[in-house]
Amino acid sequence: MEQKSLFSVISPIMVGPSSSHTTGAVRLGLMARNIYKNEFKEVKFVLYNSFATTGFGHGTDKGLLAGVLGYSVDDSSIKNIFDIVSNIKYSYEYREDISRHPNSVDIIFDNKMTVSGDSVGAGEIRINSINGFSVNINGAYDTLLLMYKDRPGMISTVSDIIQKQKVNIASLHCDRSSKGGDASMYVALDIPIGEDIVWQVQNIKDVYFVTNIRKLK
Amino acid sequence: MAILSFTDLEEKCISQNKTVYELAEDEEAKLLEVENDVVRLKVLEDLIAMKDAIKNGLKSKEKAISGWCGDDCAKLIEGYKTRGALFGKTFEKITEYALATVEENLRMGRIVACPTAGSCGIVPAVIVAVSEENNISEAVQINGLLTAGIIGLIVSNKVQLAGAVAGCQAECGVASAMGAAALAQMLGGNVKEVINAAALALKNILGLTCDPVCGLVEVPCIKRNAFLAVHAVTAAELALCGVESKIPMDEIVDTLKITGQLMSPLLKETSLGGLAKTKTAQELEKKLFKNKH
Repeated sequence: MEQKSLFSVISPIMVGPSSSHTTGAVRLGLMARNIYKNEFKEVKFVLYNSFATTGFGHGTDKGLLAGVLGYSVDDSSIKNIFDIVSNIKYSYEYREDISRHPNSVDIIFDNKMTVSGDSVGAGEIRINSINGFSVNINGAYDTLLLMYKDRPGMISTVSDIIQKQKVNIASLHCDRSSKGGDASMYVALDIPIGEDIVWQVQNIKDVYFVTNIRKLK
Repeated sequence: MAILSFTDLEEKCISQNKTVYELAEDEEAKLLEVENDVVRLKVLEDLIAMKDAIKNGLKSKEKAISGWCGDDCAKLIEGYKTRGALFGKTFEKITEYALATVEENLRMGRIVACPTAGSCGIVPAVIVAVSEENNISEAVQINGLLTAGIIGLIVSNKVQLAGAVAGCQAECGVASAMGAAALAQMLGGNVKEVINAAALALKNILGLTCDPVCGLVEVPCIKRNAFLAVHAVTAAELALCGVESKIPMDEIVDTLKITGQLMSPLLKETSLGGLAKTKTAQELEKKLFKNKH
């Protein structure tokens, strides 16, 4: 059994009213922001199930927007976020889909990237898909995410670069659309990596997207 | 080395000649690989945030999104002006502070989840109100919050502190046990008395369901915080007088877990049963959800 901290019981310091529907929403937004990394003009949120039905009473819509804009979970201005934000376009859609987690959302940036995730309770979150590729990122680790054309040797090339910097890999997962098709890899790391590693990975042949996702505080 | 049970906690405290909060502090410092002072500073940060939430809550009458709740603390403040509470100033403050905190939570104010957001008013109300009325120092308040923390932590190692898993007994019920232990510690209770306070509080709230109206953290959550803050005081008073729970805390926690498993899913944060299915709740639901999206 992994030993838990006393501060898993007392804390987080957060804006209410719900750790799953408010704090979780902010953290999903923050994580999506860490993944997309770019400035964006437009963001769309598709809320599912309990997020869709009871979200408004819990400020889920406000939390998600505040998250993608980088607000922390205890920022009192989240409540007034709709009055504060003026330079980006944002919209919401509400759906029911029993195949999805009760507290689930798709966050779509500039119609270019879709980050999907769930709020799994007590403010904990899980990003489970990026542009349709399945991942499992909970914000506890710094994570290197890349998308590439599937081919032999990709895993060893990437892990070799990381290993040379003496960074320990906590876990590594891959997914692909088909043999030789689009593929994704995410590598959870014990310590943050520098931009030099990102740059090296970016320059591997057939890699077309790399992002260095910082863990959540 | 983690503390796995309340028996373990008691044995370790006695064999190492430590109070519950000293052991909690040592264990946390080891886990986080920091000095004990750093742990105390983090606890102080939480304590300050709790006091800020109370202060903000006492000033506000702003309603929640539902338009249904948010002005009950204000009613208490007004009411106590003309007719003081039977049990005196401490009682007044405990009920006010509990409501102030939870109402702050539902209007998207800044609070400390303890252990959850829906039960965030109980521990702060007990610690802050009793400290103010008895001139208890900040250091002792930190001891109280550390005590509350380790009680909640040991329970959470056995059962997830979520209404969806085990009903409200695992949220407000556990918060009340944490508050009772904190209070017993702050008032000078020994290790046995501290654990007994938690046991008495938790034992007498077993079976509490989670049936929030419209799925919101409002009805019955808000007022329940005031009730269970007072409940914590009753438990601490009994424990400090040497009243013992005949059933030990570990077995009460096991019972909480099993009771949670036996509880119908309709009564575990799904809003498909209990108060959430009353005529009034359903009418409110229709009104609230109309034209929302």
